[in-house]
Amino acid sequence: MAVKSNLTNMVVCLTATCLICSAILGVVYAVTLEPIAVTNENILKASIGQVVPEGGEISAKMELEVGGIPSEYYVSTKDGAVEAYAIKSQTNGFGGPLILMVGILSDGTIYNTSVLSHSETPGLGAKCSSDEKFLSQWKGFDPSAKKLSVTKDGGDVDAITASTITSRAFTLAVENAVKAAAALASQGENKQEE
Amino acid sequence: MTKLQLITKGLVKDNPTFVLLLGMCPTLATTTSAINGMSMGLATMFVLILSNMAISAIARLVPDKVHIPVYIVVIATFVTVLQLLMQAFVPGVYASLGLFIPLIVVNCIVLGRAEAFANKNNVVDSALDGFGVGLGFTASLTVIGLIREILGSGSAFGFKFMAGDGMLAFVMAPGAFLVLGYLMVLFNKFIAKKN
Amino acid sequence: MEILLIIVSAIFVNNIVLSQFLGICPFLGVSNKLSTATGMSAAVCFVITLATLVTYLLNKYLLVPFNLTFLQTISFILVIAALVQTVEIVLKKMSPSLYQALGIFLPLITTNCTVLGVSIVVVTKEFAFGGAAHMLNLGEALVYAFATSLGYGLAMVIFSGIREHLALNNVPKPFKGIPIALITAGILAMAFMGFSGIA
Repeated sequence: MAVKSNLTNMVVCLTATCLICSAILGVVYAVTLEPIAVTNENILKASIGQVVPEGGEISAKMELEVGGIPSEYYVSTKDGAVEAYAIKSQTNGFGGPLILMVGILSDGTIYNTSVLSHSETPGLGAKCSSDEKFLSQWKGFDPSAKKLSVTKDGGDVDAITASTITSRAFTLAVENAVKAAAALASQGENKQEE
Repeated sequence: MTKLQLITKGLVKDNPTFVLLLGMCPTLATTTSAINGMSMGLATMFVLILSNMAISAIARLVPDKVHIPVYIVVIATFVTVLQLLMQAFVPGVYASLGLFIPLIVVNCIVLGRAEAFANKNNVVDSALDGFGVGLGFTASLTVIGLIREILGSGSAFGFKFMAGDGMLAFVMAPGAFLVLGYLMVLFNKFIAKKN
Repeated sequence: MEILLIIVSAIFVNNIVLSQFLGICPFLGVSNKLSTATGMSAAVCFVITLATLVTYLLNKYLLVPFNLTFLQTISFILVIAALVQTVEIVLKKMSPSLYQALGIFLPLITTNCTVLGVSIVVVTKEFAFGGAAHMLNLGEALVYAFATSLGYGLAMVIFSGIREHLALNNVPKPFKGIPIALITAGILAMAFMGFSGIA
């Protein structure tokens, strides 16, 4: 049923297949490039929107270091004044990197958090992105009044049941973001004084 | 074989998971919930139908000695197309299936159907065959996912019907092996006998 | 220290077969006898490390600079297939004794998803071993690949040892063959879960 093989037709056939397939992929890649970029931007926008108060104007991406790792942040301004920072913060969870978007108001309290990506155990640490009880405690958390570590370590954060390591990593990510936001806020004040 | 038989044989008689024991890696890895299992099945079905069609169309032109590399390139192309489309339109599903989307390339079901069916049959029959086998694969993955989800997290297709957490081990690695093992026992005992 | 963490994590904690579900087909298929299991593991070890080296360089110096990362899957599988063929031909000429030991397993490896899986993971995923999460450099990638294949070998050898004993027992008929093997693997996976959290 198939053609008898000789060197010429084998080389021609393989080369042609590779060329045609690469060409098809190139076209599909070019076509999907924009939708993929749009989708990724929407995901990012949604996560920023979730962690800062509604109605603010969100700045373009800016760079800073969070917990010693190069990261990025977005400023939400309302009527010309800085209202909140959305800071991307990354730590090591139980199963790999845990990346959060942390929204911090200009007075230093946490507005909300959102998990961008994690590789925690399904059913245990993975609850850091869905457990209502764990996530709701971050809304309005004031780091100057409460201690940012899990209750097991003498702090005021209630850990996810059976997932202390994930909870610790989550808390550390928030803490790093809070520190970064404090630095940003004091920078902003200095600029205004000048 | 009639057209209808082409479509339904994958469900029981030539079920890729329980009878042919093909594609075990995604079967075990992506069935943490019914939805995940079903998405993986549908993704595989997409590649199966397209690669079956393409291969049955070009089979006559390919020299015998290089047919495997050519088939693999064709399959890898459709897998990458699928990857790009999923990234663009269903990023959530893409993220939860992760590595197992590119690994459809080495899923023995796809190359197996190309070798056993598509290179000897016409394009329409090959498409139906891909659809049938894909359907069987999707059905088994959904069932395994559903059972693991019910036992492991007390929900079905994402709807929670039980308070509490369920038996977490079923969502984790051991549960995958155990559920598939016991399902195969049941399949051997009650269904395989009739055929 | 970090290297040690990579090794422990790849062999035990994230064992490629028992917690990541890669390479299940040969894990179930050629684990009947201890001797074939060791042969297969050795061949996998060899090919994974070599394939990771080649695909890592290919990705870094060809795909990334020319913005062609969407060709990753297709080019990696071709490289792996070609590599396996080359290794087979070279071994046959250079070392017939090694070829005798590994030869029959080599053709099976192209469709072993551990090889493609590991080579894709090391160039796409960020790892965090104690320190900050980062992409692996070439040295770390090779250590990771080698350690992963050792983990594969470990699981294969333990499992085939158990199956050799199982074969002598009177297993109920519907359980015979693959079902009992899967259930055994499930119990083994539970044992490996005990490692989680140490690295």
